[in-house]
Amino acid sequence: MTDTPTHCPYCALQCGMTLGGASAAPGPGRRRRPALRVTPREDVPANQGGLCQKGWTSAELLTVPDRLTTPLMRARRGAPLEPCAWDRALDRIAAEVRRLRDAHGHDAVAVFGGGGLTNEKAYQVGKFARIALRTSQIDYNGRFCMSSAAAAVGRAFGLDRGLPGPITDLARADAILLAGGNVAETMPPFMRHVSAMRSAGGAFVVVDPRRTATARQADLHLQPAPGTDLALANGMLHLALTEGLVDEEYIAARTSGFAAVRTVVNAYWPARVERITGVPVPHMREAVRLLARGRRSYVLTARGAEQHARGVDTVTAFINLALALGLPGREGAGYGCLTGQGNGQGGREHGQKADQLPGYRGIDDPAARAHVAGVWGVDPAVLPGPGRSAYELLSALGAADGPKMLLLFGSNPVVSAPRSAAVEERLDALDFLVAADFVLSETAARADVVLPTAQWAEESGTMTNLEGRVLRRRRAVPPPPGVRTDLEIIAALARRLDAPGAWSADPAEVFDELRAASAGGPADYSGITYERIEREGGVFWPCPSPDHPGTPRPFLDRFATPDGRARFIPVEHTGAAEDVDAEYPVRLTTGRVLAQYQSGAQTRRVRPLAEAAPEPFVEIHPDLAGRLGIDDGADVRVTSRRGAATVRARLTDEIRHDTVFMPFHWAGEGRANLLTNPALDPVSRMPEFKVCAVRLEPVAASGRPPGDGAAAGPDADRASVIDEPGAAREPSGASR
Amino acid sequence: MSRSSTDGGERAAAAGIVVVGNGMAGARLVSEIRARDRRVALTVFGAEPQQPYNRVLLSDVLAGATGPDQIGLVDPAWYDANDVDARLGVEVVRVDRDAKRVHASDGTVTPYDTLVLATGSTAFVPPIPGTEHGLPGGVVAFRTLEDCRAILAAADGARHAVVVGGGLLGIEAARGLAGRGLHVTVVHLAGHLMERQLDQGAGAVLARTLGRLGIRTLLGTSAKALRTGTGAGDARRVTAVELETGERLPADVVVLACGVRPEVRLARAAGLKVDRGVVVDETLRSVTDPDVRAIGECSQYGDTVYGLVAPAWEQATVLADLLTGADAAARFTGARQITRLKAAGVDLVAMGETHHGDDDPQVEVMRFADASRGTYKKVAIRDGRLVGAILLGETGTAGTLTQLYDRSGPLPSDRLSLLFPGMGGAQAADSPVRMPDAATVCHCNNVSKRQIRVCWENGARTADEVARRTRASTGCGGCRDALEGLVAWLDEQDSVTVG
Repeated sequence: MTDTPTHCPYCALQCGMTLGGASAAPGPGRRRRPALRVTPREDVPANQGGLCQKGWTSAELLTVPDRLTTPLMRARRGAPLEPCAWDRALDRIAAEVRRLRDAHGHDAVAVFGGGGLTNEKAYQVGKFARIALRTSQIDYNGRFCMSSAAAAVGRAFGLDRGLPGPITDLARADAILLAGGNVAETMPPFMRHVSAMRSAGGAFVVVDPRRTATARQADLHLQPAPGTDLALANGMLHLALTEGLVDEEYIAARTSGFAAVRTVVNAYWPARVERITGVPVPHMREAVRLLARGRRSYVLTARGAEQHARGVDTVTAFINLALALGLPGREGAGYGCLTGQGNGQGGREHGQKADQLPGYRGIDDPAARAHVAGVWGVDPAVLPGPGRSAYELLSALGAADGPKMLLLFGSNPVVSAPRSAAVEERLDALDFLVAADFVLSETAARADVVLPTAQWAEESGTMTNLEGRVLRRRRAVPPPPGVRTDLEIIAALARRLDAPGAWSADPAEVFDELRAASAGGPADYSGITYERIEREGGVFWPCPSPDHPGTPRPFLDRFATPDGRARFIPVEHTGAAEDVDAEYPVRLTTGRVLAQYQSGAQTRRVRPLAEAAPEPFVEIHPDLAGRLGIDDGADVRVTSRRGAATVRARLTDEIRHDTVFMPFHWAGEGRANLLTNPALDPVSRMPEFKVCAVRLEPVAASGRPPGDGAAAGPDADRASVIDEPGAAREPSGASR
Repeated sequence: MSRSSTDGGERAAAAGIVVVGNGMAGARLVSEIRARDRRVALTVFGAEPQQPYNRVLLSDVLAGATGPDQIGLVDPAWYDANDVDARLGVEVVRVDRDAKRVHASDGTVTPYDTLVLATGSTAFVPPIPGTEHGLPGGVVAFRTLEDCRAILAAADGARHAVVVGGGLLGIEAARGLAGRGLHVTVVHLAGHLMERQLDQGAGAVLARTLGRLGIRTLLGTSAKALRTGTGAGDARRVTAVELETGERLPADVVVLACGVRPEVRLARAAGLKVDRGVVVDETLRSVTDPDVRAIGECSQYGDTVYGLVAPAWEQATVLADLLTGADAAARFTGARQITRLKAAGVDLVAMGETHHGDDDPQVEVMRFADASRGTYKKVAIRDGRLVGAILLGETGTAGTLTQLYDRSGPLPSDRLSLLFPGMGGAQAADSPVRMPDAATVCHCNNVSKRQIRVCWENGARTADEVARRTRASTGCGGCRDALEGLVAWLDEQDSVTVG
């Protein structure tokens, strides 16, 4: 077998790796294929030869023991899922679509996508919804991930692209402030760039309520109370003003709206912000001075700052700070958002989002509709308008005016959506649920039809990483017999539904169509080809023509706003949607651990990862635990207004006394998202994953039978294909 | 966030809400009301002609960190855009409670359904000989932005300044003037500076710190008279301050910072119950007239007139909730006051009961003082809760303390962490050499010290080789130093054993 250069299946860093012939270690199951050997690539700037444990072990995904290789179908509700032929499964789906559409209209059928899908698949899923189903009801789990940053960046700069330049620019920075990101655990090789910067004398400032692995490597760690990042950013801008550190010349030449922001931040004097955030004034001052000491500084945000009911405003506050210091639109400096999911960037550009068409076009823009309809060969009038956002879509399932049927691609919302017990209820209220996945995820286990799909190294396509660089994902092995690709599934369904237009199952052909559909849009891919990506090691969008070099650093000359200026937008701190009170006196924040990814769908099935992070837990400060009578390792019941979860206590002084932390990668009774608050951002419709109010109680020894697996380990997975809560293929949800 | 509603029961009707006073409290109330309700008729009177500004930032203006025209809280255009009738530079001269109307200095008469008094306070001018006919040139009672401009004008070209009053405002003024190169003396009647917020020990350290910044402090004395040049007009400028002790301080600028008095003349004339401030209940309603509310420094809840911004803004939030019906259950039940000195080179925060000694068995007091370095720290604890604190010089735990004090939160078992940041929290990472065998060295790839040792024992003698075999340090690379240290240590152990 030849070596295949490709990229990691997991996060948005998209580390380069080579998949080689069978490794020496034989797989445990006889029927399993020999495992591929993973070698990190030195030629990919993002990882430069590094990989984390998830990457090193990623080839094991190809040999998981409970891989689905045949469609599963229930004869009726309540009946078990049983293997069936592809034609029967697809015919059944098409028949249900027609039946429900005739009874309730086009919007009776909904689609839910994922930020891990390739650009080709994301594009095709969006097109399928709009002209095969003709439904407006499509959204995706990226809504739980990037949407706040995307909205804030869009309104400030006129164009949403994760990082302002190649990731290697970071190593030459004078300072980086990272708000709400634990990259040392979520994308470890990213830290190589930070370490290089620090070795060269640059300063790393981390804003996080927890002293995370990332915060421990920082030169300065600001530890605000959850839900107060916006006040902190406004306070830092206030200090920048009083310390004379703002770049007046830049503000005059390249921005608009500063006066209104100045007025607002006048109300964020240091002592007030200290009282709101708990961050000592000297730390804030030091952070601002570090950021302002050179021209090459970055302000970066991630889910910790974004996943709030005021997430857009919070990101805006950090953008305002970056603008006041004169950073965006300068080479080697700027504001950036750290995209989470593997294709979190590309996945939000090509039409999976309820309000968008390919090329990052607005679905209510007549010119955009005309262009895309032309590429698809339909009348623009056929295209539906904007639909519901992710959580609103999930909440409407099975309701009187909501969709009656859902097709799910690459997502596991039972684990990743907020207030997930309510999401389960909505899924069960559907007339018909279809899930395409490579294993029986927790969500797929509730479906009426499950379609076994190819994964990652079994198919090809493109991914757009956190830099905005379009990369090639290459097929290293054929999918197992009986498995089809998402593109094949969509094509087959489109044919059965007599959909107009072409429905290729060849990624290269779909990409060519995507290029045409994106042409002229903000995320213009029309000049990008597979050959160019391979030759040039990736191409940065926008790239409007084959002879265009791509755009590694947008905004150097002008911002993508009508007047070319970046916009300052005044924003106010209002606090978390749910404050603590006597009944729920402790703040809960959620996030990730190193050895798991998103809903754990993939990583819980990889033995070394399951061993490294076997089960859900709650991090508690020893003082808080002591007051509540909770011992390290004991079972704890965590209760919010939405539900209760039982997890093991992990005592650590790396968290504030008033806050606890739970990772969200596991299903079952330890699910963090049983507790989270679905209060939505008014602009992005992002739920407030990052803060809610809970209480904690020790569970008596008999409270939970031993082995009642909140964490289904690999052995448990092997027990049964049908009943075991498992994991979903393209990482689901909340790439936080 | 539109929170307008009709079920609040307190929603103002057609004539709407009239706010008298556009300072910190009044301006905040107006914004808070509009954030909840776009439609209710809203009029605000401001005696000062300019846009409302942030009084907290006046010390920045004195220090030169901010321009006088850059401390606005509301843009002038905001009023039109938000349909607020703003009467700036117009004073309300009379309230007719029977007719529910206010009469203004410009002759207008404005009806109200709800009247909110937010008239603030005025600087107290002590009856010192030399001030009978108004303040002489160069003498300013410090309170407003206008006062601030006057001080700056007087300081221009001046050499000597005297600040009468060693409270918060006086010290901030002194620091600002010293920063402009003046010789400054603070004259304070009490036995130590900021005696209401600080204990004697802290006051002494503060005086010493100010001394290093070129500010002389004279305690236990006050100004007996102001000396001026003879004649009228410009000639009647201040030249010196004469003290009770007989000492005569040359002065080109004199700042009077002798405290403030609630501005209650309007309320008193209207027949509302006034003690030190307009007496209000927990809905901020005058106990005399249900249609009149009062917030900020002109109001009195219980025995307290709140003199800081934070309580005034809490009151504004509660009142906006009540008047718009956004939260009919909102109540103001008192506020915790935290004082923060804003003076370059002097970090000071004080809260609550700071005067406890060691004699009260119910109160746990911890103190740390290092006067030569300008540090003084003290916390007072009762029933396991923080009831008071002073941090002077080094305020790294101020964020923790203010939040514990505000929320009356349970205290960490490690009391030292209340005084010293990083104590009980961040420990330096253990040297990998002293780590237990099971400890994880590389978190990205979950590699323990034991695995590295075993790998070395199996023949991998360089960090690169260990990295290749165990994947340690191939993730973020943060443990590379630790890995190299371990390999070097193993080599060393080996040579010791062999040798």
